[in-house]
Amino acid sequence: MSKLDHALYEIHHMDTLADKDQWLNRIHPLVKLIVTVSYIAVTVSFHKYSLAGLLRMGVYPAALFILGDLSFTDTLKRLRIVLPLVCFIGLFNPFFDRQPVTILGMFTVTAGMISMVTLMLKGIFSVLAAYLLIASTSIEKICSALRMIHIPSILVTQILLTYRYISLLLEEAGRITDAYSLRAPKQKGVHFKVWGSLAGQLLLRSMDRAEAVYQSMTLRGYRGEFYHGGNTRISKKDTAYLLVWSCLFAALKLI
Amino acid sequence: MHMADALISPAVAGTMYACSGLAAAYSIKKVRLETDPKKVPVMGVMGAFVFAAQMINFTIPGTGSSGHLCGGMLLTALLGPYAAFLTMIGVLLIQCLLFADGGLLALGANIWNMAFYGCFLGYFLIWRPIMSGKTGKSKIICASVLGSMITLQMGAFSVTLQTLASGITELPFSIFAGTMQPIHLVIGFVEGLITAAVLVFVYESRPEILMDVTAKEAEGRFTFKHTLVSLCVVALLIGGGLSLFASSHPDGLEWSIERITGSGELDADASAPYETAGRVQETTSLLPDYAFKESDSLLGTSFSGIIGSLAVLGVCVGACYIFKFFRHPQKKEAK
Repeated sequence: MSKLDHALYEIHHMDTLADKDQWLNRIHPLVKLIVTVSYIAVTVSFHKYSLAGLLRMGVYPAALFILGDLSFTDTLKRLRIVLPLVCFIGLFNPFFDRQPVTILGMFTVTAGMISMVTLMLKGIFSVLAAYLLIASTSIEKICSALRMIHIPSILVTQILLTYRYISLLLEEAGRITDAYSLRAPKQKGVHFKVWGSLAGQLLLRSMDRAEAVYQSMTLRGYRGEFYHGGNTRISKKDTAYLLVWSCLFAALKLI
Repeated sequence: MHMADALISPAVAGTMYACSGLAAAYSIKKVRLETDPKKVPVMGVMGAFVFAAQMINFTIPGTGSSGHLCGGMLLTALLGPYAAFLTMIGVLLIQCLLFADGGLLALGANIWNMAFYGCFLGYFLIWRPIMSGKTGKSKIICASVLGSMITLQMGAFSVTLQTLASGITELPFSIFAGTMQPIHLVIGFVEGLITAAVLVFVYESRPEILMDVTAKEAEGRFTFKHTLVSLCVVALLIGGGLSLFASSHPDGLEWSIERITGSGELDADASAPYETAGRVQETTSLLPDYAFKESDSLLGTSFSGIIGSLAVLGVCVGACYIFKFFRHPQKKEAK
């Protein structure tokens, strides 16, 4: 699967997951956003040697994976982007921090090794938390939550439009690169002689599309503000969800 | 270069959110002042374009690897710094949520490292100053490559500082920065070339889309005829003017011969062929030793330069016509 196809698949897959009618999906998007950001902030705030404390933070993703009926293997694929960078930085810790902490049989565990594992766990937990948010909440709902906390409409509308047109332009880019690769078999990537014309054509088509989008939006009554439907009220269930997780995170941090 | 949540402490993340938030608030104010109703849809679609274009692999010649274009620099050249900055925020948020490329907590830092430098520094310090005056392809290439390299260097340096300030790594600053900067210098150069290729294509197709490139300037672009005339003028100026300052010292070959034989010129054997060739050369050469015959005037040197340039031009044009005449008949037909 090419990079473009994979990106398209990922977007459609996420849309399907977010459209499911499950209790986790029905939680108010703003509440889920606050819980997710709080969880990540508490997770990364653990001291670099606090491995035991950090391991306890695994409760949140574990609970939501079970309750939300989400595939854990799908999530592992998402770690391939974050883990290499985190590992690259973490791998140096055992070399620079050789202070022995404990001895396990013949093996001496150093402080650098613990900080390396802690760093990797922080990376994994934060990716899982973001995945749980987007797998249970559509971009439209996240954008409506952003509007509720008074993020300017110009930014929110722009994010929504970008998201809306990503699929279309990925398909268009896919068609262009497929046509190119059929004419240039055995060639990996796009030859430097056509760098400009290939991406440039896509750009000019996108500009034309933007013009058409604007005209069609105007015809449908667009006046610079994005209107979203659905229930925007925070229910008692949402408040309880927020309180339970907030208290649990505080308790896990303070223990 | 996306920062992960694990690499940043909440304090640093909060600071970077505040910095990026201020830049975003100012950008929103500026975009609203533009009162262009089309701006937001264009920003949305351009954000999607950057996202899609970054998925295309551009082969780097001779390496077997590939690169992608520099979104910040491209957007700032097309939309201006404020709209480009807001567009990049959207792209980074979607990348973070959908593809786990960067983290939610580190989003403020990523916006600063990739959008702020690319859009604001890229525009105000690089694109606009370089584009002032007459615009041309070379200026676009220069601005794109320089812009991508400098803004990526700034971004990579910020990643180093943010990670160290968060107390995440045991790596000493010098080693961390020494690893990050050279890698991103190469990446910046490649991204700059790809961005330049796209912007040059836009310049040739629809120059009015580019920032600081007016349609009038675009009309006055250098055509083949203009380039040829300019080259002729430069050649005549060098041949006729700068030749007066030509060094009277021996050239490399003469200097070597002088070192070996003690004389700058070799004495030819007094055999018949050499004498005959020498006599022919004396008779036919109009300007021996780059001067009029039996005259040391500076006018002769200038005249020699101009005549020489014209002669070379004549030979080149003549050679081209000869090659064209003898070109393969099939190619002629194909044309």
